[in-house]
Order: sequence, then structure tokens, then C-alpha cells
Amino acid sequence: MTRVLARYGWSLGLLAILAILLVATRLIQPNFGASGLDSLARAALPFAFATVGMGIVVIAGGIDLSIASIMAVAGVVAALLMHQMGDANAGWVVLIVLTRVPDIVVTLAMLFVWEGVALLILNAPGGAAAPWLRELVVGAVTIPGLPPELTSWLPRALVVLIAFVVIFWLPLRRSKLGLSIYAIGSDQHAAFRSGVPIGLTRVAAYGFAGLFAALGGLSITLSTGIGEPIAGPYLMASVAAVVLGGVALTGGKGGLLGPIIAVFILRTLRLDLTLLSVDPNVTTIIEGTIMVAVVMAGGLLAMRGRR
Amino acid sequence: MAATVETISPLSRVGRIVRENPVIPLVLLLFALIALLNVLQPGIFNERWVGNTIRFAMPLAMLAACQTLTMLTGGIDLSAGVAATVSAFVVATLTPLVGGPMAIMLALGAAVLIGLVNGFGVGICRVHPLIMTLGTGLIATGCLQVYQRYVINTGSEIPWFFEFLGTGRTLGMPNGLYLFVPFAILIIWGLRRTGFGRLLYAIGANENATRLSGVRSWQVLMALYTLSGLIAGITGLLYVGIIRAPSLSLANSLMLPSVAAAVIGGTSIFGGRGTYSGTIVGALILTVLGTLLTLLQIPEGARRLLFGAIILAVTALYVRITDQS
Repeated sequence: MTRVLARYGWSLGLLAILAILLVATRLIQPNFGASGLDSLARAALPFAFATVGMGIVVIAGGIDLSIASIMAVAGVVAALLMHQMGDANAGWVVLIVLTRVPDIVVTLAMLFVWEGVALLILNAPGGAAAPWLRELVVGAVTIPGLPPELTSWLPRALVVLIAFVVIFWLPLRRSKLGLSIYAIGSDQHAAFRSGVPIGLTRVAAYGFAGLFAALGGLSITLSTGIGEPIAGPYLMASVAAVVLGGVALTGGKGGLLGPIIAVFILRTLRLDLTLLSVDPNVTTIIEGTIMVAVVMAGGLLAMRGRR
Repeated sequence: MAATVETISPLSRVGRIVRENPVIPLVLLLFALIALLNVLQPGIFNERWVGNTIRFAMPLAMLAACQTLTMLTGGIDLSAGVAATVSAFVVATLTPLVGGPMAIMLALGAAVLIGLVNGFGVGICRVHPLIMTLGTGLIATGCLQVYQRYVINTGSEIPWFFEFLGTGRTLGMPNGLYLFVPFAILIIWGLRRTGFGRLLYAIGANENATRLSGVRSWQVLMALYTLSGLIAGITGLLYVGIIRAPSLSLANSLMLPSVAAAVIGGTSIFGGRGTYSGTIVGALILTVLGTLLTLLQIPEGARRLLFGAIILAVTALYVRITDQS
């Protein structure tokens, strides 16, 4: 029991904060109910996907700065073609290993490259989303056999998120590859000496990040119905959520449950500020300040941990 | 970068030359580009064009100074573009209200404040500079939007001094050189001859060793990012004099080229190596390249793509030939 508490203590704390925030929302807006929860989950979906992608890379000891622009590319491509998009990451994961340039530089450069690609594909918001795919994230779940009162509280967007994370992350974490990702994150040299293929593992970590970023981009298109070529504030938000979720920026520590809860905390906070009719620009400032403060605190903690 | 590959075949020799004299291949590349431009558009190369190119390369080179200085310590300043925009917007909107000198002080104060927050985050909290400066950039943009609503009906006016610097000419050369030449000399001299300059190189080369030899690196980083904010603020003042129309995203388009200019100029993004003279040539190259791309009618998306690819390729090249990883 104490081991479970110690392991999930951070996530439980976050969950408590989230619960408090949801109660606060209910107090501010008494008719906040199933539909409010649904739109919250839908708004959080792209952030959550971005955070999951970022989380995997950070655990592997890297950072992916191009995440927001990959999302833009994926969203635009999806809106234009409405295919189940191909992975928007094949090229650059190879680059990281081939060129031996540290990830931070490659992803910085790719940030610009993908931005350019997104603008080339579509230079103004446009395109369309297929209706059946939109149905996937809009509205509540209906499970046959259960009364609708019960299931109406469960937004589809949340189910989609959980489904994807469960399908990809849980098997990954249990596998050899998942262990390798944690290993190279905590100590690259030690991992190398115990026979972990560092290059391949990093490619895999960035590959998964790209996959989730693409899903995030797709989900933006799905919830808005159009493709948006300008990258949103997802980079900063995902880094903040990862740090708030208890993943050390030095790598090798943490899971994905905490970051996902952290995403919902940040989104609920924004919702509350909007409901309190705070000026949206002021909201952006508050949100940015919180994110920077979280990252700073994370930095201080990481420094203390190293000593 | 094409020039460095083509000139000499043994890679190690190129590496040594590039490491010791990064400016020489760059100047060659610059002239190659100008020659190409002259072939594509005969007669474009005249005094007026040179003056204009220098005029638009100056703010870029100044903003790239922020990147060069921070990159020497292994960092980067992604808030420089926003800081320049903030100072430009503040000076243009406050001049009608409080007069020129006061407005300039306030504008530079705002830019220095951004730098100070960056320095606090990077130096004391040890946040990665990329994330820290990106975050302060976001916050500053939000603040600027809120601020804009309070001054929306004051109109804007640019102090005559900056219009003189930005648009005037002396002997065919832009007046901005009066500001830029002393600035460039100061930076180059500061990096080569002063203790602060050497500390930047030392921190970039090996921060632990620097700390063990008694340097308080957080003080250096704090001063560095504050200085970077100040430089960005001055850049904004010069740039608004050139453009003469303040907007909420005035200097943001200079952000990416400024990183590219520093990288092309031979500054290592990992720290410890680079010169400001290289960065100036890098800024000139990018400005000429920009003219070339406009001439060929390349869309904005392809431009960003190209700049990103240049940063990647040049960095990869430097890593390969100097064997530093």
C-alpha cells in the first residue's frame, strides 16, 4: 500500500488538485455539466496528445521542440486529404542519429522546417474533416445496455485519448524498448555499457513522439473541422504539463499518467478563468506565467536532485 | 555552406581553416551569392542596392548578436524577437504621451526586464534556455496585447532620431551605420579583450570546469541574458525607424533568420566557439539570400523550410568537420 502511495503519490496529488478545480468550476458556473465536461475534454485532447509525445521523449532524456509544428503539418495534411495520415516523422528521426547533432538542435531546425511545410501545404486555415471522424471526438459515449444518464458524463474525446494511450504506451512500457527508453534517459553511458542500442531507442522514442504529435494535430482538425497551418502554443504547454506531471527534465523518471492529469489541470484552469470573464489576453499571460513558474520549479528540483 | 564543401577536398584541412578563420569561406559565399544575383538580374548590383542591403542586414545582425552571445554559453535567446517588438511598440506609442527620451527609457526598460527574467530562469533555476526564453516570449506577447488596448487611441510617433538612423543616408550609405559600427566594434572588442567575453567562452566550453575555477556562472548568465534583452531592445528601436510602422509582430519575422545568421557565421550552437564578425557576414548572406528568394518568387513556407534546413545542414557540417559532438 505504501509502495503504491509512494509511486503514485504525485499523480494522486494532481488528481486531487484537478478535483478541486472541477468543483470550483461547478461553483463558478452552476450549470457546468456533461456538455461542459465534453468540451473540456475535446479542448484538452490535442494538448494531451502533445504532452504524451513530449513525455516519451523527455523520459528518454531528450526534448522535442518541433512537436507543435508537426501537429500543424499533421492537422493540415489530415484536413486536406482526410486520409488516416501517414506518420509525419519518418525523415527527421533518422536525421538525429545519422548526423549526430543533439536532439535540441535538430528539433529546433525541424520546428522551422515543419512550419514551412505546413504553410506550403495550406497557407490559410481551410480544408475539412470527415463527419464520421468528427463524430469520434464530439459528444458523449453511448454504450449499449447502460442507461444514457450514466454514460453521458463520459466524453468521447477522453475515451479516444485513453484508448490511444493504452494501446501504445502500456505495451511499450512493459516491453524491452520501454525499459531502454528509461535507461538511456537516466544514464546514457550506463545504458550503452549494458548493451542498450542507444541510437535505435532514441529513434523509437522520437518516432512515438511524432506519432502522438500527429494524432494531436489530427484531433485539432477533428474538433475544429478545419486545418490550421500556424502552430499553436502546444510546445510550451506540453513541456509545462510534462514537468508538472512529475517527469524530470533530466530524463529517466516519471510516467505518463501524471502529465495527462496535468494537462487537464491546466485546461480546467483556463476554463475557470474564462468563466470568470477574465480578458483572454490576460488569461494567456496568467497561463504563460504558470507554465514558466512550473518549469522553473522543475529546474530547481532537478538541480537539487542532482546534488 | 556549399562553398566550404567545394573549395578544398580533404575534410580535415577545411575543418582547420573553418575553425580558425570562419569568416573567409563566408565572405566567398557572400560574393558568390551576389554574383548569382547579378546574373539573374543584371544591373541590380549598384550603390543603392548595397545601401539597402546593409540597411536591412543591420537589425538582423544586431538581433543575431543576442543569439551569438547566448550561443557562446550553449544557450539561445528565442525571446529576442519579441523583446525587440515590445521595445519598438512601446517607444512608438509612448512618444506622443511622455516624449522621446522618456519613451526610449521605458522601452529599453521593458526589454531589459524580459532579459532579466530569462537570466533568472536560466542562471538560477537552471531551466533550459530554449524553454525559458520561449516562455518569456509568450508572456511578453500576451502583455503587449493587453498593453495595446490601453494605448490604441494615442496614435504612434517615432522619435526623429530613429527615423534619421533608419531612413537617412550619408554618402549613399544608411545612417544606421552610425549606431551599428560602434555597436559591432564594442561587441567584437568585448568578446576578445574583456573578462566578461572570456567568461562566456569558458562557460560554453565547459561549465563545470569554469565553476570549479571560481566563476559564479549564475551571475555571468544573469548578466548575459539581461544584456541580450538590452541589445534586442536597441534593435527594436532601430528596426522601427527603418519600417516606420509599429505593429504587434514587427520584429518577430527576424527571429528565425537571426538564429540562422549566427549559425551560418560559425557560432557553435553547443557553446564555446564563434565570433561576432562571422555573424555579421552571416546576416549579410541571409539578406542577400532573401533578395534572391524574393526574386525567384519563393513562398513564405518554403523560406522557413530553407532556413531550418540551413541551420540543420550547417550545424551537422560543423559537427562533422570539427569532430565535436
